[in-house]
Formats: sequence, structure tokens, C-alpha cells
Amino acid sequence: MNLDLDSDALAFRDEVREWLAANVPGERLPSVDTPEGDAAHRAWERSLSDARLAVVSWPERYGGRAVPPLHALLFEEEYHAAGGPARIGQNGLFLLAPTLFGHGTAEQCDRVLPPMARAEQVWAQAWSEPGAGSDLAAIRSRARRTEGGWVLSGQKTWSSRAVVADRAFGLFRSDPDAERHRGLTYLMFDLRAAGVTVRPIRQLDGDPGFAEIFLDDVYVPDADVIGAPGDGWRVAMSTAGHERGLTLRSPGRFVAAARRLVDLWREQGDPADTGLRDRVVDAWIGAQAYRMHAFAGLDLPARDASLTKLFWSELDVALHETALDVLGPRAEVDPVWPDGYLFALAGPIYAGTNEIQRGIVATRVLGLPR
Amino acid sequence: MRLAPSPEQTAFAAALHDLLAAADVPAAAERWADGEHGPGRRIWSLLAEVGVTGLAVPVRFGGLGADPADLVVAAEELGHHALPGPVAESLAAVPTLLASYPLRGHVGDRVGEAEKWLPELAAGRALATLAAPPWLPYAVDADAADLVLLAEGETAGPGRTGVRAYPSFDRSRRLFEVSAVCALTACPATGHALDLGALICAAQLLGAGRALLEATVTHARTREQFGGPIGRFQAVQQSLADVAVGLEFARPLLHAAAVTLTARDVSAAKVACTAAAHRAARAALQVHGAIGYAEEQGLARFVTKVRALALSWGTPAQHRARVMSELTREYAHGTE
Repeated sequence: MNLDLDSDALAFRDEVREWLAANVPGERLPSVDTPEGDAAHRAWERSLSDARLAVVSWPERYGGRAVPPLHALLFEEEYHAAGGPARIGQNGLFLLAPTLFGHGTAEQCDRVLPPMARAEQVWAQAWSEPGAGSDLAAIRSRARRTEGGWVLSGQKTWSSRAVVADRAFGLFRSDPDAERHRGLTYLMFDLRAAGVTVRPIRQLDGDPGFAEIFLDDVYVPDADVIGAPGDGWRVAMSTAGHERGLTLRSPGRFVAAARRLVDLWREQGDPADTGLRDRVVDAWIGAQAYRMHAFAGLDLPARDASLTKLFWSELDVALHETALDVLGPRAEVDPVWPDGYLFALAGPIYAGTNEIQRGIVATRVLGLPR
Repeated sequence: MRLAPSPEQTAFAAALHDLLAAADVPAAAERWADGEHGPGRRIWSLLAEVGVTGLAVPVRFGGLGADPADLVVAAEELGHHALPGPVAESLAAVPTLLASYPLRGHVGDRVGEAEKWLPELAAGRALATLAAPPWLPYAVDADAADLVLLAEGETAGPGRTGVRAYPSFDRSRRLFEVSAVCALTACPATGHALDLGALICAAQLLGAGRALLEATVTHARTREQFGGPIGRFQAVQQSLADVAVGLEFARPLLHAAAVTLTARDVSAAKVACTAAAHRAARAALQVHGAIGYAEEQGLARFVTKVRALALSWGTPAQHRARVMSELTREYAHGTE
């Protein structure tokens, strides 16, 4: 066992570190879900892309560098340590792109990935429905066959980024007579197409971070079906693994937050309060555990993403709750930590609630009966 | 970079598992608890045959001078079987202390004690134990040990065992007070030896936690109530999933600490492995119900060992305090 970085990895890390130090905006960009924030975040993605740092693990033809997974982890560590802005394209970058790499055609990859990498096209996800949340396979939105394509109708909800996004991807029921996990088709569609209505939903944190999408006979060409019609559940589950796992919530994010928490404790904590100090230490240990788990995972068979999702989502809540407790009554007006806290509260819910994840761990990893 | 165990390390752990599974550790532990160390010592001899007792002993003293990662991999398997005896003491800390003693003829030398004991320990002919306040106020199993050391600050030397044995709530552990036989020798490796011991203790905890989870999953799949296996109930499933997550994320910290051997990382690993094993013990006992609380079922041996090891080699509070003081020092100097 060793934790040594070879000269390639060190050179890459140094390049990323230097570029970020010179280019990360000194002030926080406006919220990504506002018009100004939308423009500012897209501009940031273009500059990342110009430096070929937007999608380092992707093949070069799509704007990446085809670096190994270790480099991708190092990029994330540097990005979060430098305080890089939120990634406006994250739904596309971390959820749709892995699905396209696994199931998309060459034509789809060529058409979709380059503008995604430059945030010229921002993607929203359209999974959940009013009657299909934890029970995702209960999806009722329809895809009806028509000449050369499909006609979508129904309602999607809790759709992240839909307010500012250009396009969306999700599951639709294409064969209502099939058993519920079958007869689903994975489709991409244009949020500006005729028949699409997007209605923002104000979240617990006050931002319109997600939205309802109403689809009223929206035409989608065959070219925008990913995988085979009727095979959408299997295709989607490969994306679900990415959403629950490393790609969406990289260790670097928690390592950076834990470091800020330790700094906060050193500056403002009461040394006599060993109970609170221990919580700060536990948050740091948790972030370090997630980091080392990712490093170890580079040389192990893929672990179930549900284990990872449970760990980071609970860690995120604990870490931010601890920060608020260190701040005490000043936390209410703190400019940084409450935002992170309210966002963290969503973690145990989205991408499959933690109860669903524990059920998956129990049955699939531990082999307990269903 | 490679933090995952190598194929050789994985095979070594599997071989140890097979060896211990065939050696009837539960019966040896029961005899050990009654003060009869023969069967347990025979298992230690088997471990010597496959090299476990020589891992931390330098080559020049007849050992293997192995990587601490190998020791951690082995210790996790010993914990997986709740092997009785002074594991972290005899396998890791004492050999490290002895190997750093001043050489014969140098100031403070212990007249060849290292030359005498290290080959014996490596060969599995001797067992050693240690007291090192405040982490180890007592020496465990001194009645079974051939060599008892005392470490204080940066000094160490032979210890005299008190006559009274204090029985632990882990029935396979007996604790003894230790006083110095003569002036202790300057031993700059004391800190390193104690860190290695804490690391090995953490590895045992992780292995014990894994055994508890395995036993509980088996029980939940086979024990039937309300017309089916209890493992189909969500309350049981959710609790065991949390146990699995805890163990899954403690192991990489243990391996990282075996690489760096820094105070910060050893303490983080001890805290995380303790918490994961403790959660496993509580869930195991709860899911087994009264069956698990009965001593003959075998679960008690693991549950009590986890609690004893959690407090041994530094308590969670001591290790958390150490992590914070190390972080404070690092961040103040802007290093990492």
C-alpha cells in the first residue's frame, strides 16, 4: 500500500492548482438559479473548457484529456480547495454523460457532449413524478410512438436546474401494458420545445433550484432515445449509480468543507467544549475516510454506489450542523454556512432517499431477503 | 498510489482466516478465560508458522521486517476471530520497542535483551505484553506472557507484574499492574511503538466488527418470526446497512494510517474503527435478541472484546483530542 503520486499526477495537480489560483473568481458568483447567475456560471464553464479543465476524464474529442480516475479525483480536490464555483452543467456532466458513454450512439455523443462540456447546453434531469418518487418505477408520463419519433405527455417534478436549463433527460412509459420496470424508455428532450411548460418550485432554501415540467404532446425524434426503447430502466440505473456515487459528490468537496470547519473551530470554538470539538474531529475524519475510500476504490471492484451515497449525504449534514453549532447564534446571519446546511439537508432525500439506499445495501450487498 | 490491499495481502488474510477457522478459537478463548493458556498458545504457534509473529521483528533478529500494512491485514483477521492474547502488544509494540533498544555495549543497553527476546517472539516461542500509561495503564494477559515491558514517555524497560489479576468484562482478558524493575532505558521509538500498537488494535476492531456483521446477517436470514426470516423487516435491514457503511469507510482510514503512520492518521483510524465496531456490536446484539445475550452463543466474546479494545490503546476521547491537536499544528504551519 502507498499513497504516492507519480510525476504525471503531480504535474497535473500542479497545473490545475496554478490555473485555479489565477482564475477562480474572487467573489462568489450570483446564485446559479437567477438570470445573472446563469450567465456568470456559463461564462465560467467556458473559461474552464478553454483551459481543457471542464471535463478532464472525458476523451479528447469531446473536450477532455482522457486522464485516469486518480487525476479526476485530484482535479476535484483542487477545484473545491480553490473554492471553484458551482458547476451549472453538473446534471449533464455527471449524470447524462456517463449514460451516453455507456449506452449512447457515436452520433449522440458527438452531438451532445461538446456543447455540454462548454455549458452551451445546460441539462436538467426529469426523473421524479408526483406519483413516482422513491418508487421511481411507478412513472406514468407517456412516450407514444409516432412517425420518426415519440410524443411525450405527462408531468415531471423536483427537476433540478430545469429553470435555467436548455434540455432535459428522463424516463417515460412507452409500453403501458408491460411489467412496470419494463416498457420504460430513456429520452432526451428540448425544454424550449412546443408543449413544454416549466414551473419553478421554491425550495426550503428559498431558491427556485428545481421545477415541475409539464409535457403536452412534445415531439422527440428517434435520435434522442438512449439505448433501446423499453430498456430505459436498465439504462437509467447506470446513471443512478453515478448520481449516488463519486461523480456527483466528490471527496474533494467534503475535504475542503472539513478543512473550513476545522479553521472555524480554531478561530471561534470554545476549547473547553470538548463535546463540540469531538464533532468537528468526527466531521474531519469522515471527510478523510471518504477521500481514502475513493483512493482505495481505484484498485478495487466497483462498490455499490448506495454505500457511498449514504456516507456522503449523512456526512454533509453532520459537517454543516456542526459548523452552525460552532457559530452559535451568529450562524443565522453567516454568509456561507447556512446555505451549505440547507443544501446538505436535501442530500439524504435526493438521488433515492437514504431509506431506499439502506434497503439496497441490505438486500444487494448483504444479501438479506426482500 | 495504491491504497487497496495487494493480491498477496488479500490471499494472506484468506489463509489466516482458514487457519483460524480450523483452529477452534472459541474453545481456546474459553480455556484462556479460565487461565489455561495452552490451547491459545498453540494457535499462536500456528500463527508463527505462517509468519505472523515475525512481521514486526527486523530481519537481523530472525523476523520478516514487514511493511506495517501486512501487519494490519493480519491483525484484522485476528480480530475477525477474536483471538485471545496480547495481540497488539506482542505482535507490534513490544518488538518495535525492543528493536530500538540501545545496542549491546552502548549507554543504557539492556545487555542483549533485544537479541534474546526478538528471535523468541518472531518464532512464536514467547509472548510479550506491555503497560504504557496513559493509553495502557495495565498490561493485559501478563500471566500468559514471557516478557512484560513498561513504557513511560520516551523510556522503556522490563516491568514487574503485580500479584493481583484484575478480570476484565472481556472474560478472555486479565489485567495487571506493572512497575519498573530498574531505571527505564531511553527509547526514542516509544511513540512509534505505541502508534503501531494503536493501529493494530484498530485493525482488530475492524475485523471484530466484520465478524459481528457476518454473524448477524446469517442470523437475520435464518431466524424466523412472524412467518419468515427477520432479515426481511426494514428495521433490521436499515440498522445492518448502517453497520455495513461504517465498516466500509473505516477500512480505508486504517490502510492510509498503515502507510503514513502519523499520529493524526493512526488516531483517526482508531476512532473510526472503534465507532464502526461498536455500531456493529450494538446492532448484532439487538438483532440476535436474547439468543445473542446468552454467552454460549459466542456473540458475547466479540461484543465484550470490542468494548475492551475500544478503551485500550487510547480511548476515543484521547484519540479525538490528538487528531485536533495535530490538525491545529498542521494548519497553523500551512502544511499538508
